Amino acid sequence: MKINKEILQGVANNARIKLSKKEVDELLPQLNGILKIFSQLNGINTNNIEPSFQPVEVKNVFREDRVESCKEDVLVNVKNKEDRYFKGPKSI
Amino acid sequence: MRAKDYINGVKSGKISAIKTVKSILDEIKKINKDYNYFNNITDELALELAEKIEKNPKGRLAGLPVSIKDDICVKGVETTCSSNILRGYKPIFNATVVKKLVDEGAVIIGKTNQDAFGFGSFNINTDYKVPRNPLGKTRVTGGSSGGAAGFTALTEFPHVAIGESTGGSIAAPCSFCGVQGLTPTYGAVSRYGLIDYANSLDKIGAIGKCLDDVELVFDVIRGHDNKDSTSLNEELSNNNEVKTIGLIKETLDIDPKIKDLILKKLNELGIEYEKVSLPLTSKYSLASYYIIAMAEASTNLSKYCGMRYGQEEKLDLPYNEYFSDVRTKYFNKEAKRRIILGTFTRMAGYRDAFYLKAMKVRTLIINEYKKAFRRYDLLVSPSMPIIAPKFSEVDKLTPAENYMMDIMTVGPNLAGLPHLSLNAGVYNKMPVGIMFTGDHLNEKKLFSVGKKYGV
Repeated sequence: MKINKEILQGVANNARIKLSKKEVDELLPQLNGILKIFSQLNGINTNNIEPSFQPVEVKNVFREDRVESCKEDVLVNVKNKEDRYFKGPKSI
Repeated sequence: MRAKDYINGVKSGKISAIKTVKSILDEIKKINKDYNYFNNITDELALELAEKIEKNPKGRLAGLPVSIKDDICVKGVETTCSSNILRGYKPIFNATVVKKLVDEGAVIIGKTNQDAFGFGSFNINTDYKVPRNPLGKTRVTGGSSGGAAGFTALTEFPHVAIGESTGGSIAAPCSFCGVQGLTPTYGAVSRYGLIDYANSLDKIGAIGKCLDDVELVFDVIRGHDNKDSTSLNEELSNNNEVKTIGLIKETLDIDPKIKDLILKKLNELGIEYEKVSLPLTSKYSLASYYIIAMAEASTNLSKYCGMRYGQEEKLDLPYNEYFSDVRTKYFNKEAKRRIILGTFTRMAGYRDAFYLKAMKVRTLIINEYKKAFRRYDLLVSPSMPIIAPKFSEVDKLTPAENYMMDIMTVGPNLAGLPHLSLNAGVYNKMPVGIMFTGDHLNEKKLFSVGKKYGV
């Protein structure tokens, strides 16, 4: 499997990373070299094998559904804020 | 001096924790000019903790200087994962490991350099100055916990480093710098307050000059934590008897000098070993590991978008443009490469072929290890296929060739197995590491063979 410039730009756009033409030219052969390694997995049969999303079995852990107040100042690392809110770019 | 002897000295009043801490802080500043091991030296916090211990010398780590890898949160101390995007971020809480260390009297001396977010095997992908190998400045420390291993090797003061491994980030720098490092079983040490690289792979561990130091600190930081839902609620196995060791055949296809050194060390140990083949692990672990690691990293790094913490810009760009602008400006090349590949392998149409396939291959690899552990107490291999390369050599590698350097370490990391990298000797004036791997929660077997080994 190989990716081309169009796919690369589409993926980068989804990931919110801007790439210059020079970066695309540099990245494309690198990524295809890595995908060649990834494609080695085609050589192994995984029919009827369950995926391991964790290396050891982990069960769901629930806590009591109780509202707790946050004692720390979560806005301490924020530059763009107003009153008690984070501020982001305009959405409309 | 071993940490235990130093701690006993502090407790009996024969050694001053304040004096020791002041001296090690001075040493760090001197060393850092050339070697770049620390991103941040925490003078104020260190002296405050040392004074507390001097007044009341209590705790299993009373007065022991401990450095923390920069991807682990220390309250009020800049924590950046060596990435520009997190410059200025000061966590409002302590990671569980940091809390446990401080509760037992450890003195936090600073945050150590790493590849940004852990993305690298040589610690050259840091947004700070690149750390240099303690045994040769023209060579890499190994990564991603390069600052941790480098400083551990160079300092003469009692000190233990807290590192973190996703695919080999403890074993690699330990091998290249000649120190000892434990990567514990996945979930044996809480990840609360560790800034994620890949959630299903990240493990916090300890690096020391000698194995005793590593064990002492591991005993303090391990254990179940309600704040980490993947933390294991199970005790370590008490069985520490090592009768048989399997030497992984496929890992010996390397420089014959490194291979001979490993075999010589094993013979010295006097433990019976036989060669064992792990064909699936050897052939498929690298691809499986990198697909999973990048997929998880790409989702974890989506939170760095110029809001809430880390770098922010003026809010004068359109919505999506703003996020892209911040991320493009502050992520380095390797982070961008991994975010893009990770996003690709999770995309509709490719998800089953890459991401899900890698998860299934992980099952087969875990099964292969489990089968081997029915016969062997431990497995052994070199920690790395090479000695620490020169910067000029690393510069010539393609990204794919870079990733292939992790061939020895990705297997146990993918399967969440505990592994211990010990110094096996010197080749071409540079250290060579030997790596023992155990079944889940079998850390005591690793320490038992390590003690026999005498480091």
